[in-house]
Amino acid sequence: MKLAQRNYYGRALAELAEKDPDIVVIDADLADSTKTSEFKKAAPGRFIEVGVAEQNMIGIASGLAASGKTVFASTFAVFATGRCWEQIRLAVAYPKLNVKIVATHCGISVGEDGASHQALEDMALMRALPNMTVISPADAYEAYAATMAIAELEGPVYMRLGRAEFPPITEEDAPFTVGKASVLREGSDVTLVGTGQMVAFCMEAADHLAEEGIDAEVINMSTIKPLDKATLRASLRKTGCSVTAEEHSIIGGLGAAVAEFLAREMPLPLEMIGTMDTFGESGTPSQLFEKYGLTPGDIAEAVKRSLERKMELRE
Amino acid sequence: MELTIGELERKANILRQDVIEATSEAGSGHPGGSLSSADMMAALYFRAMNHDPTDPHWEDRDRFVLSKGHAAPILYAALAESGYFPKEELLNLRKMGSGLQGHPVRGKVPGVEMSTGSLGQGLSMACGIALAGKLDGKGHRIYCLLGDGELQSGQNWEAAMFARHYRLNNLIAIVDRNRLQITGNTESAMSLEPLPDKWKAFGWNVMIIDGHSMIQIVEALAKAKESETNPTVIIMNTVKGKGVSFMENNCGFHGKACNANERGEALRELGCNK
Repeated sequence: MKLAQRNYYGRALAELAEKDPDIVVIDADLADSTKTSEFKKAAPGRFIEVGVAEQNMIGIASGLAASGKTVFASTFAVFATGRCWEQIRLAVAYPKLNVKIVATHCGISVGEDGASHQALEDMALMRALPNMTVISPADAYEAYAATMAIAELEGPVYMRLGRAEFPPITEEDAPFTVGKASVLREGSDVTLVGTGQMVAFCMEAADHLAEEGIDAEVINMSTIKPLDKATLRASLRKTGCSVTAEEHSIIGGLGAAVAEFLAREMPLPLEMIGTMDTFGESGTPSQLFEKYGLTPGDIAEAVKRSLERKMELRE
Repeated sequence: MELTIGELERKANILRQDVIEATSEAGSGHPGGSLSSADMMAALYFRAMNHDPTDPHWEDRDRFVLSKGHAAPILYAALAESGYFPKEELLNLRKMGSGLQGHPVRGKVPGVEMSTGSLGQGLSMACGIALAGKLDGKGHRIYCLLGDGELQSGQNWEAAMFARHYRLNNLIAIVDRNRLQITGNTESAMSLEPLPDKWKAFGWNVMIIDGHSMIQIVEALAKAKESETNPTVIIMNTVKGKGVSFMENNCGFHGKACNANERGEALRELGCNK
């Protein structure tokens, strides 16, 4: 069974439409793709179309939030974070307004549309902003739970969702706590930290590694900021080395966040899976995962490098 | 009790004095564009706007958004003169620890609705507030003061389109048309004219007034309240640095405060007895 995160975002919004009269949803001509169209069906009077005008969208969201609304603003991740970064900085993050920027079509799994539409820098852009919470759910179920959770959270949030369908790995209806990572598989040799669709790939890699006698722990880091240091600390104390995996540049995203934590608190080997300071291109998602080194096999290779470095440290 | 035109003019003069004092004390700031909008600010805060300085979060208040955030001194002066905070605080403008930041910050000073200072964004925020008012069936109005130079930024026109599309007749934009930006004349930097035609083409009610004629300002604001469907823009022709001879039409005082001598001279010209 394959499910798309954006469909579950739409489903959650439709429920929120009934539940909370203060929720307003705003979109920039992509409601059918981001699935905010589900909210539009449920509460047409509180769905605001801005047209192809993302900078204005953020300003409108800011003004609505300043008037007591909980605003969900959606478009593709490239536009939601890049086109209007400074608007988000001044109008949302700085005054700590209650705006949830939920972007779909993140990463190279966007596929055929090519590099212009593949956001590989969005987490870096959002993570750098003070007051901003950054969330990247592992699958459709978690996208639903996270949407419900951030509706209750006061303040600015950025959440990235994918376009593609893929099998869920978390439990349906599992509660979501912002800032709390979950250990999906316990292990003692290496810590695999994934986010978004890469969590499923980490699980797959862990299965392969088990066959080779390598016992990997897998952490679903669905909140990138604030980073769940306690869960990381506990796992790395046990394993002594790690690999991060994200459908994002290794610059500024999950890998960078974990590296910053390790460098300060527990300098242990870390290998990063992500795009290597490059743009994507057109192709099927699986072709692109292959070319850019984001497959479960790539993760397993990175694990071996990380383990070797751990051994070297111990010698 | 409504202030007379003469009393409003005197208020504007007090605000101008406050701008000179505050920016000179700070040693920096933007007096030029503060002085050009002083008459409008006096008319807004002491006549047109429905607000209560003792209850800055009153739900039904009219809102003011200073899109040209660098004119923070005139906003702070209007708020202090209204009674939102003690006037002595104006002398802490731009100082470490003061709520009176170089550009306005929401939540730091009572009466400041939005954080601004990066040009071109205030009208979108004002549209959002106006839309929220409509969604909630409220009758309050939103006033947004724009610089003319910042109209070169495209986001304003996205917002202008939006305001008409959603029939935000509760939104009143005011353009401080002093014709000067940092580089020099707006028309040589990046021409804005025909400016009224641009707004008309976007479907707004357009009024053009002398921004230093209190009677024209008061009448325009009253007329703007009557709009039944469309948002209104008041383009007010002004003089940058208005009220202080050596600052008038002088780009040099866009982002520079008076030194001690200039401060004394400016205050004398404004009829201050200090």
